[in-house]
Amino acid sequence: MIYADNAATTKVSEAALAAMLPCLTQVYGNPSSLYAFGQSAKEQLEDARARIARCLHADPKEITFTSGGSEADNQALRTAAALGAKKGKKHIISTAFEHHAILHTLDALKKEGFEITLLDVHENGLITAQQVAEAIRPDTALVTVMFANNEIGTVQPIAEIGAVCREKGVLFHTDAVQAAGHLPIDVQAMQIDMLSLSGHKFHGPKGTGVLYARKGIRLENLIYGGAQERNKRAGTENLPAIAGMAAALEESVAHLSETTEKLIRQRDRLIRGLSEIPHSTLNGDAVHRLPSNVNFCFEAIEGESLLLLLDDKGICASSGSACTSGSLDPSHVLLAIGRPHEVAHGSLRLSLGEDITDDEIDYLIASVKDVVTYLRNMSPVWRSLNEGKQPFVLP
Amino acid sequence: MALYSEKVMDHFRNPRNVGVIENADGVGEVGNAKCGDIMKIYLKITGEQGSEIIEDVKFETFGCGSAIASSSMATELIAGKPLSEALTLTNKAVTEALDGLPAHKLHCSVLAEEAIKAAVKDYYDKNGIAYDPEQFREGDEPHCCGD
Repeated sequence: MIYADNAATTKVSEAALAAMLPCLTQVYGNPSSLYAFGQSAKEQLEDARARIARCLHADPKEITFTSGGSEADNQALRTAAALGAKKGKKHIISTAFEHHAILHTLDALKKEGFEITLLDVHENGLITAQQVAEAIRPDTALVTVMFANNEIGTVQPIAEIGAVCREKGVLFHTDAVQAAGHLPIDVQAMQIDMLSLSGHKFHGPKGTGVLYARKGIRLENLIYGGAQERNKRAGTENLPAIAGMAAALEESVAHLSETTEKLIRQRDRLIRGLSEIPHSTLNGDAVHRLPSNVNFCFEAIEGESLLLLLDDKGICASSGSACTSGSLDPSHVLLAIGRPHEVAHGSLRLSLGEDITDDEIDYLIASVKDVVTYLRNMSPVWRSLNEGKQPFVLP
Repeated sequence: MALYSEKVMDHFRNPRNVGVIENADGVGEVGNAKCGDIMKIYLKITGEQGSEIIEDVKFETFGCGSAIASSSMATELIAGKPLSEALTLTNKAVTEALDGLPAHKLHCSVLAEEAIKAAVKDYYDKNGIAYDPEQFREGDEPHCCGD
């Protein structure tokens, strides 16, 4: 099997597992308990916090553990909204291709009286700091722009956006769920006020995440109860998962330059191979993209049938077609970069793992070529395009 | 549990009657590329008017696994049958023959029924055969995106 869906989730690393196991069976005390056994769990928790903080160039006090990226996104937006509302600022700037954890929270805030500006995304899957600067108003409470897109992998100019926001005195949050462990992150240099990440995207366990919030930003609770996480996130800490996440992030960051170099080589080999398929296109900028991400549209086929046939060949991948999302519309990300519906249905995302080999890349290329050709041969759309009855959308 | 039944996967992996019939007696195309599925059915019809037989049937489909499987099953259900029987084919019969479809995929079986009826209607129209338009009323499948 070739697992090429690492943007969906990843395998827990040996280092993460080794960090988790003792917390399950040995250091299993409650970090809130007074006795030494509980306090040793507390020490492990604070150790994990400090290590994660170092990876982000943050202070440990700025790290809050959550159940994952979605919770961190929700809490960041709720925090900024509450802070803004106190000063009469009820305008939020974001982009049209954010993750639904952002977009659906913004929908909820809109119903509560906030005005939302969603910046248009260019065809290459990027926005500019200038667009952000032009959208900022005196009543803007927050700018939230994802670090790297989960579908098409494009990496936004985060440091430039951070500089614009800091200069204008507007809070800046970034959903870094796809970036953490895969791209260098420095919350100070990039002038990021809040950042969300998720442990299972970089070989940590599922069900754990982080909200970084710069010192001085008073978080709004989503979950009330005990005094954990400085009263800002109640519930007994999931220490095994947190310890695993810290180990995974440290390991990823330590090997970042070598894995990046290797992945970019494999990614570009895959992109070159798939580009040979006629009437197809790479989605998202070829350079400003995650080292692991390849996303294509193939005209005249539908993504779900593509995924099922790739599955038969032992390949795990994903698509932005409506049929795979369970909704009637194809991916909002592909629509946001201007792909027409009929083309967006024929999309394929391959997100590579660090251990992918040349042979596996070649197998991916050959398999996708086979399946696309097979499906096109039974597609009335393909016939009609080839008979000149309608124009091709993709050259 | 798998998304689809074994029957669906069999018809998806090994679709029956894929292709085109040149100079077909009836052709029906339904669906919308914007919605992600289009089905096209070709019929070769023989026999006296009123007792026609579907001698051959082929399909082309752009769509998901269940759209391809539904087209394949629908063509199998009508191949070699009297034309009048094709008109009584229901999406329910297609779904049952496939051992069921997930709820959000039932519209694929509706498309298969409509594609076959559209091909029969095309045959009637081409040959000036009178019919009750009520038989070809479009179903009330949910409308998608993009429209």
